[in-house]
Amino acid sequence: MLREGDYRVPSGCAISGFINKDGRRVDGSAIIQSIALMQERSNGLGGGFAAYGIYPEYKDYYALHLLFEDKLSRNLVEELIKDNFYIEAEDRIPTRHVRSIGKAPLLWRYFVTPRLSKIEESKETEADFMTRLVMRINDSVNGAYVVSSGKNMGAFKGVGYPEDIGEFFRLDEYQAYTWIAHGRFPTNTPGWWGGAHPFTLLDWSVVHNGEISSYGANRRFLEMYGYKMTLQTDTEVVAYAIDLLVRRHKLPLELAARVLAAPLWQVIDRLPAAERDLYTRLRVVYGSLLLNGPFSIIVGFSGGLMALNDRIKLRPLVAAFHGATLYVASEEAAIREICPDVERVWYPQGGEPVIGRLEEESQCRLSA
Amino acid sequence: METLNAKSLSYQALNDYIRTLLDNGCRELVLKNVNGQRYIGAGVRGRARLEIHGVPGNNLAALMDGLEIEVFGNAQDGVGNTMNDGTVIIHGNATDIAGYSMRGGRIFIRGNAGYRVGIHMKAFRYKKPLIVIGGKAGDFFGEYMAGGTLVLLGLDLQPGEAIVGNFVGTGMHGGEIFIRGQVDSFYLGKEVKAVPPTAADQERLREIVGDFARYFDLEAEKILARPFTKLIPYNKRPYGTLYAY
Repeated sequence: MLREGDYRVPSGCAISGFINKDGRRVDGSAIIQSIALMQERSNGLGGGFAAYGIYPEYKDYYALHLLFEDKLSRNLVEELIKDNFYIEAEDRIPTRHVRSIGKAPLLWRYFVTPRLSKIEESKETEADFMTRLVMRINDSVNGAYVVSSGKNMGAFKGVGYPEDIGEFFRLDEYQAYTWIAHGRFPTNTPGWWGGAHPFTLLDWSVVHNGEISSYGANRRFLEMYGYKMTLQTDTEVVAYAIDLLVRRHKLPLELAARVLAAPLWQVIDRLPAAERDLYTRLRVVYGSLLLNGPFSIIVGFSGGLMALNDRIKLRPLVAAFHGATLYVASEEAAIREICPDVERVWYPQGGEPVIGRLEEESQCRLSA
Repeated sequence: METLNAKSLSYQALNDYIRTLLDNGCRELVLKNVNGQRYIGAGVRGRARLEIHGVPGNNLAALMDGLEIEVFGNAQDGVGNTMNDGTVIIHGNATDIAGYSMRGGRIFIRGNAGYRVGIHMKAFRYKKPLIVIGGKAGDFFGEYMAGGTLVLLGLDLQPGEAIVGNFVGTGMHGGEIFIRGQVDSFYLGKEVKAVPPTAADQERLREIVGDFARYFDLEAEKILARPFTKLIPYNKRPYGTLYAY
């Protein structure tokens, strides 16, 4: 069977997400309702969610969500995990039977913390150690893929309409302060469970509507920093690019957005000198991380979310807020479906990031 | 007058109801609780009137031929896609590609509009599409425009807020754009030039703005007090020599 990436994927996907900035956690039924409203944007070949704040009882452990195509791959990965980690808990990811969802791979989760001796041996930071492990599983264990690897968060994805995937993964039983969702429309390729959105690394998760035409250039750049593109879908580069820019190179998220959707040169030419200098430098240093082609994305991370369009807005994106909640979606109707009387609706410009973060007080409360 | 509750109806079911009612002679139809249903009024011919409460989905009035649709709420992408005739009045905003390939009829938007309004709009003899926007518009306003009229009023702009985005009229080769006030040449695409409106243009603008003010209960004189900039294409085949050596 040919997988994602062996074909071109012209997509017309749906994205939706929200964050309760006051840290209020809600179950997955609202996000399912929102993404389901845009069913015409998906075709049943991929749906997925990321949720933040769902594992307070294990918040200090990395929650590894894993997908295994067979028992052998599970055994190999478990061996690898046992070598490198202390396992606090492990479990099948709870699912329920949904008629429209076909045969699912084996879905497991492990709450782990890296063995100190192993980190010392590797002379890496804990996050780099984790990243390398994720890359190693994806790259070298046939049939095993890491669905998510952050703390107090998790991704849930598969082949089906997003509302059915949400039902399958019993998302009504999880409580999160941020939910993001994706409905997929790969028209001429067999969807597969690993190729559904979100794409993740550590706390980062990305859902995407569009096409990254610069995938090859982005991939070559990221490979120089040790990232391995194994999931054969263009969106994968976005997750790793943000990890490189924000976690490793310490760029503020606002500036990372200006790397991915860099202002056009003629716009840069008109900026005041200091900004012109900054954006020129960003384009020179990170030219290979510019995402070319049409996209709207939502990026989830611990304590916040960001929505971003390509710089000439070739995909739809609407934002709204109501009380302490920030909503972003492909269509306004998807927001109104779960919050009919939003206080304010606006339409972000191409390349203009919309960022919502937990208020400081709730950030403390959730991590305490 | 009939009323239909669109809550939780699929777009197929809703449009089936609408068509059945119109086929049976309904002249005025009120749709309540619309949220995201696509293709309302799409391909429908006739002189009936639809009133929409809520947010209609993408491609409202696509290929529409004669209806009058009034929306009390915001509209989404692709309003009046390839519309042939009729009138769409939107009391809120419309998003990207409003009037895409529109070939006739009129769209009035009280609020703001998104990117690429009027892209590929065209005119032929007596078919002359018109879009009027009360607020501001995004980048690529009138992109590849081949005919018809765009009017941008810039009412209620915040201080420092631009009336229009970058690349106005990129690839434009027919039709005309009127923007209230001055437009910095930086915003213009390479294919358009600014000229002062003629006396005949002024006369037509009085009519157009008069209609707009009537639909939204505004004072036309106040709007007209500020002079307009007219944008027209430099020539009819901007890319005619692009690949010719």
